[in-house]
Amino acid sequence: MSTVGALVRKDLQLELRTRESVPSMFLFSLSTFVLFRFGLDRETLAGDLASGVLWVTLLFAAVLGMNRLFVAEREEGGFDAFLLAPVDRTALFVAKAAVLFGFLVAVEIAAIPAFAVLLLGPSPAQALPELLPVLLLADAGIAIIGTLVGALAIQTRARDLIVPLISLPLILPVVIAAGHATAPLFAEAGAEALPGRWLGVLGLYDLVFGLLALAVFDFLLED
Amino acid sequence: MAPAIELEDVGRAYGERTALAGVTLTLEPGRTLAVFGANGAGKTTLLRILATLLRPHAGRARVLGRDLPADGWAVRGRIGLLAHDPLLYRELSARENLRFHARLHSVDEARVEALLDRVGLLARGDEPVRTLSRGMAQRVAICRATLHEPELLLLDEPLANLDPGAADAVAPLIGRNAGPARVVVSHDVEHGLDEADVVLGLRRGRAEIVAARGDVAEADVRALYGSAVRA
Amino acid sequence: MYGRGLRSLSIASLVLVTGAFALVFFYAPNEADQGFVQKIFYLHVPLAIVALCGFVAGGVYAIRYLRTGDRAHDLRSYVAIHLSLIFGVGVLATGAIWAKASWGAWWVWDEPTLVSFLIVFLLFACYQPLRFSIDDPERQARYAAVFAIIGGAFVPLNFLAVRLAESLIHPRVLSTTGGAMPGEMRMTFLISLIAIVCLFVTLWKYELASKHASMRLRALKRALAGDDAAGPLARTAAPTQL
Repeated sequence: MSTVGALVRKDLQLELRTRESVPSMFLFSLSTFVLFRFGLDRETLAGDLASGVLWVTLLFAAVLGMNRLFVAEREEGGFDAFLLAPVDRTALFVAKAAVLFGFLVAVEIAAIPAFAVLLLGPSPAQALPELLPVLLLADAGIAIIGTLVGALAIQTRARDLIVPLISLPLILPVVIAAGHATAPLFAEAGAEALPGRWLGVLGLYDLVFGLLALAVFDFLLED
Repeated sequence: MAPAIELEDVGRAYGERTALAGVTLTLEPGRTLAVFGANGAGKTTLLRILATLLRPHAGRARVLGRDLPADGWAVRGRIGLLAHDPLLYRELSARENLRFHARLHSVDEARVEALLDRVGLLARGDEPVRTLSRGMAQRVAICRATLHEPELLLLDEPLANLDPGAADAVAPLIGRNAGPARVVVSHDVEHGLDEADVVLGLRRGRAEIVAARGDVAEADVRALYGSAVRA
Repeated sequence: MYGRGLRSLSIASLVLVTGAFALVFFYAPNEADQGFVQKIFYLHVPLAIVALCGFVAGGVYAIRYLRTGDRAHDLRSYVAIHLSLIFGVGVLATGAIWAKASWGAWWVWDEPTLVSFLIVFLLFACYQPLRFSIDDPERQARYAAVFAIIGGAFVPLNFLAVRLAESLIHPRVLSTTGGAMPGEMRMTFLISLIAIVCLFVTLWKYELASKHASMRLRALKRALAGDDAAGPLARTAAPTQL
C-alpha cells in the first residue's frame, strides 16, 4: 500500500512540475466542445445528444491522458528502477490507474461547468448529485482500461496509434452505459431520474476488468 | 556462505539471435568480476539477467543463493544496478528521486542526505536532474544504486563521466573495498583487470575467457576487442 | 504432429458444407415474412457463433501460454484469432447483404448482436497490428496473449451492454436459439452450424500445420547450414518460433 502511495506521489510531483497532462486534456475538451457545436450545427444540446457529446469528449481527453501515462517511465528508463525494488509489481497498476482516475476527475471538475456554459441547454445544477456516481464509475472503468492499454502500448513501436485503436472498442461499453445513464439527467424539461440499471452495468464492467487487469498486469512488466 | 553468483551454462536468445550462451562461472561474496567484450557481445544481457530483469533461457543461474527466475523476487532488494541509463526522472530533483527510491526500498530518508553529502551534491540536491551535468547525474545514479546497501553491485562503466575527484568520492560506495560483491563492465582494460578477482571475456555472446585474475594476460583481454570488425 | 487427421477433416468439412447448402436451398422452407433472403441467416449466424467462439478460444489459449510458456499455445491462439477475424468479415458481409435485402439499407443498428459483433471485430482487428509493432518475438507473444485475454473477457461484457441498450426499443429480429423455429429450419440450422464449426477446425489445423512446417524448415536450415542460410527474418505478426 505504501508502494502505491510512493508511486502516486511521484507521479503527482511530476505532473505538478511539468503540467503536461491535465491542462492539455482540459483544453482538448474545450476544443472538442467547439468542434461539436459546429459539427452538429447546434448551439444548445439536451437529452441524449448532450449526453453523447459529453462522453465522447471525455473519452477523447482520456485517450490523451493514456498516451502520457507511462511516457515518463519509458523515457527516463524508470521501469527498471521499479522492477528492481522489492515490491509487489501490481502496485504499479493500482498507482497508475489511480493517477489516471485523478486526472480524469480533475479535468471533469473544469470541463463539465465549461460544457454547461458552452453547450448544455438545461441547467445541470439539479442533475449534479446523480451525475456524480456515473462519473466516478465511468472514470474508474476508463482508468482501468487506460492503464492496461497504456502499459501494453509502451513497448510497441506505434505507441500513439495503438492506444486509441485498442482502447476505443474496449471503452465503448462504458460510453454506452454512461451515455444512457446521463441522458435523462440532461433532459430538456428538467432532470429526470437516473436509470439504475446502467450503474449496475458500469459496476460490473469495472469489477470484471479491474480483476482481470490485476491478474495480467505482471506479464506486461516481466521479461 | 553461499557464493554471490553461480552461473551454469546460462544462455539467452533474442528471437533467432543468441545474445548469450554457455556462460559458467562462480563469484564469491565480496569479490569482483570484471566483464570485458566488444559492443554487442552480451555484457548488458548478462548484467540484466543478474539483476533479475531478464529471464535466462538456458542453464541455471543463482544469485545470492537464490535460483533465478523463480526466486528473483527474494533477491531484488539486495542487488544494486548501475546501468547506462541513470534511471532517474529528469524533471524531479536528485533529492526527490532518491527519496522516491528510498520509499520503494523502505530505506530511511536520512540515508538520502548522507549519500548526497558523500558525493558532494547536497547543495544541488533540489535542482531538476536535467540541469545536472552527466557526471553529476552519474553520481546521483550511484547514490540510487547503493541507497539500499545491496550485497551485490552490478556496475556498467561506473566511472564514465566522472572526474578523478568524483571517482575518489564514490570509491567507498562502489569501489573494490566497498564490501559487496561486484560485477563491473568496463572498457578500461588496465583498470578493470587491476580490480578484478575473476575475469569474464565475452565475444558474440560466448565466454571466451573465464578465469581467475592471475591466469589471464592483458593481451588476451585486448584480443577480444581487436577483431570485432570481422563480419 | 499437426497434420494428423487433416484429410478426413477436409472431406468431412466438404461433405457437411455441401450438405448444409443443399438443405438450405432445397429443404428449409421460405420464411413467411422475409422470404428467400432469410436463408442467408443459415450462413450468417453460424459464422458469427463460430467467430465469437474462436475469439474466446484465442483468449483461452493465451491464458495457457502465459501459464506454461509453451509457444505452441501462442501459435494456436494466433491462428484462432486470425481465422475468426476472417470469418468475422464474412459475418459482417452476410449481415450487410441480409440488411440490404430486408430493409433496403446496407447496415442497420437494430440488431444488437450484429452491432456487438462489429465492436468485437474492431477490437480484435488490432491484434495483428499490435503483434506487428513489437520486435522481440517473446515479448510479442506475451503482449499478444495479454491482449487476447482482455479481448476474450470483453466479448460477453460487450454483448451485455449493447443488448441492454437496444432491447428497450427494438425487439429481437433474429432468433438464434431456434425457439420459435419449425423443425425443418432447426435441423438446417444445426447442420449449417456443425458444418461451419468443422470448416473452422479444418482451416485452423491447416494453418497450424503450415506455420509449424515453415518454422521447422527454417530451424533445420539454420541448424544445418549456419545462421545465415535462411536469410533474415522479416518483421511479422505471426509467431516464428516454437
